[in-house]
Amino acid sequence: MTFAGWLTIVLFAVILTAVAFPLGGYMAKVYTGERVWLTPIFSGPERILYKALRVDSERGQDWKSYAKSLIVFSLAGWLLLYLILRTQDAFFVPHALNPLGYHSGPWNVTFNTVSSFMTNTNWQFYSGETTMSYLSQMIGLTVQNWLSAGIGIVVAVALVRGIVGRSGNSIGNFWQDLVRTILYVLAPLSVLAAIVLVSQGVIANFSTYLTAHTITGLTQTIAMGPVASQEAIKLLGTNGGGFFNTNSAHPFENPTQFTNFFEMLLVLMIPAALVFFYGRMTGNRRQGYAIYGAMMVMFLGAVAVAYIAEAHGSPAQHAAGLHTHVIAGSTGGNMEGKEQRFGIAGSALFDVVTTVTSCGAVNSAIESFTGIGGAVPFANLSASEVIFGGVGTGLYSILLYVLLAVFIGGLMVGRTPEWLGKKLEAREIKLAGLGILITPLAALFCTALASASKSGRASISEVASSVKLGVHTPQAFSETFYAYLSQANNNGSAFAGYTGFVQPNAGNLGSHGITFADLLGGFDMILARYAPIVFALAVAGALAGKRVTPAGLGTMRTDNPTFVVLLIGVIILVGALTFFPALLLGPIVQGLTGHLY
Amino acid sequence: MKRDIVTSAIGIIVFTILLGLVYPLAITGVSELAFPGDASGQQIHLDGKLVGSKLIGQSFTSPVIAKNGKPEEKEGELVTEPDRRYFQTRPSATEGGADNAAASTFSNRGPNSVKTEEADAENIKAYLELNENPTTKTEYDPNLTVAKIPVDAVNTSASGLDPEISPANAWIQAYRVAAVRGLSRASVDGLIARYTAGRGLGFSGEEGVNVLELNLAVDRLSKGSD
Repeated sequence: MTFAGWLTIVLFAVILTAVAFPLGGYMAKVYTGERVWLTPIFSGPERILYKALRVDSERGQDWKSYAKSLIVFSLAGWLLLYLILRTQDAFFVPHALNPLGYHSGPWNVTFNTVSSFMTNTNWQFYSGETTMSYLSQMIGLTVQNWLSAGIGIVVAVALVRGIVGRSGNSIGNFWQDLVRTILYVLAPLSVLAAIVLVSQGVIANFSTYLTAHTITGLTQTIAMGPVASQEAIKLLGTNGGGFFNTNSAHPFENPTQFTNFFEMLLVLMIPAALVFFYGRMTGNRRQGYAIYGAMMVMFLGAVAVAYIAEAHGSPAQHAAGLHTHVIAGSTGGNMEGKEQRFGIAGSALFDVVTTVTSCGAVNSAIESFTGIGGAVPFANLSASEVIFGGVGTGLYSILLYVLLAVFIGGLMVGRTPEWLGKKLEAREIKLAGLGILITPLAALFCTALASASKSGRASISEVASSVKLGVHTPQAFSETFYAYLSQANNNGSAFAGYTGFVQPNAGNLGSHGITFADLLGGFDMILARYAPIVFALAVAGALAGKRVTPAGLGTMRTDNPTFVVLLIGVIILVGALTFFPALLLGPIVQGLTGHLY
Repeated sequence: MKRDIVTSAIGIIVFTILLGLVYPLAITGVSELAFPGDASGQQIHLDGKLVGSKLIGQSFTSPVIAKNGKPEEKEGELVTEPDRRYFQTRPSATEGGADNAAASTFSNRGPNSVKTEEADAENIKAYLELNENPTTKTEYDPNLTVAKIPVDAVNTSASGLDPEISPANAWIQAYRVAAVRGLSRASVDGLIARYTAGRGLGFSGEEGVNVLELNLAVDRLSKGSD
């Protein structure tokens, strides 16, 4: 560990807060229809869009109508993306946008990929530079990067409206929220971020792959593409699907020491801002500070554990005789699957940033993290991504936890629980409970199914050593568990040895998917995305119509340190109780032993 | 319901045009105008010929020439050995040879895996051999022992295309490169300092030495043109 490493972590938290605070205020104005500095530029295009879409943006929707619009629109996106990816090699695709002549992927992998991008998961069985045409990356994957992020944000906005709403059943208008999210929030940030990234070396071109003749007489083929535009929204929208196979570890996606820091900020910027947005919307900013505090405590704890574990090095390194302490000119630690320019701190911090959110972009190989270092992303996912979380998903998920915490707190003091002046009753608690539990349920059910079946084990890369020992190694179980946990949480990062796609040649020729893993993962993602969305919107609907009673002496406050502790307790309790047995079998076993498998 | 279907159908087409065509084309167009070198991958040309990208790691290995005078092949792939005149990049797990920039990939070797230990042990051995003077059978860097080998010289990078090595790794290899080329070590160390990228904003990440730029500079130094 180094001073610069710890300094990076501390400054990251400080700068993130400094960026997120004003952004949250800006977003509050956008979603309440107040004038912002971009209004003169975008109000025209906004009206044109409503007209083109034939929507009456002033018409409020109740939660059922809101959910229906959201689901139908998602389905349309799914169908179009499937069509685009399956006709990648069709005659109408111009050669310049598919310079390597890549064929379309098999149906099963495409099912997985499409479900993955629609749900903001961006789990990738395919490898970008060896299977995807530039056109597919642009009009297919990039578009879903925007839309899935937008959908996550609008659900959070609708839930907050329901919580603070004083009049009737309306929780907003889905189309208006979506258009405003794209125009006023995502577009300006995304354009700015893309330009900054290019200026640092992220590529943006439509050139065919380069052939270099090296100074020692070899040839090197270098993949190209329109990367910067996708990279920016991939991070801002907590999508995480890399243009290239190795994602943000690839030098063309994350070229320098500086871009690594910048990219981490892009990932957490909107999720953090939404917490401040919530505070403003409730009319009591301290409500936002309390949740922000709870998130930050858990975030920094996770970073510290990951950094210390990775700096210590792995049992395999030590068994090989490698020394892993810091020496002059070398960072030491577990550098397997990590890039020199990011080092240990920059990799550990990125890893936590990407797994507390639903981003899943990686700048290092999570599979090669030490046992305890690898347990951190597991734990982050087990907390259902409420530590900042994905854009929108983080806020609506933690608000369900807040509801649960208020309920439990209410039971402790023996009063009817109320939240921001609204009485919580059986219906809301049931809906929140379902919303919280569906994701762990999906993750564990799929893991069990995949671990226990031959078809599931076909995806494990650790198969060889498992067979030799006649047992499942902890790493093999970790691979499987992480795969379905990550997909259920719509995260998309991976213990990347787990595969659902076999590709003997570049360009999809002769490649085939592993149907079991592709379909199970696809359904895992869809269920764990849309069920919580529907439950969150239902909670919004249930709360929207409730009368507000002024806070009395018996009201439990939700904006003080006591509540922060209660909230953290509830999150850890639910996450730990649900996942602890499974976590023991995988990463924790490896962290507790120096044994090699 | 019908209303939602119509709006969704129009919506997905409109957004696909705006976000899938207009946005990427605009960003790419502006980038190629404002940052042409960066947008096209920081290509490095030597005598008018593309030798690589500053950002993409390469292998500085040479084909092994068999007894019949032809490059040796094993299972359809060229057999290569590190060119001792050049600084060597980090180990890479890409398929079809190291540093395959058409298909980046992680090694995905686990922390408690026998495979990781074996690969590490093999790379330690290779690193000691690489930096050993074949005639005297001693290390060029007299202080080099297993304990002094920097981790980045042994562990595979994430992308398999890491363009940088740690300064410690470069300092050790400088002994070899200077001796093989008959250059002073001070002059080689000077080049290392020149091609070392510092921490971002002064704190983010780790210092890294760009191997391709360094090797080109060493070549120029040998020719006396730098």
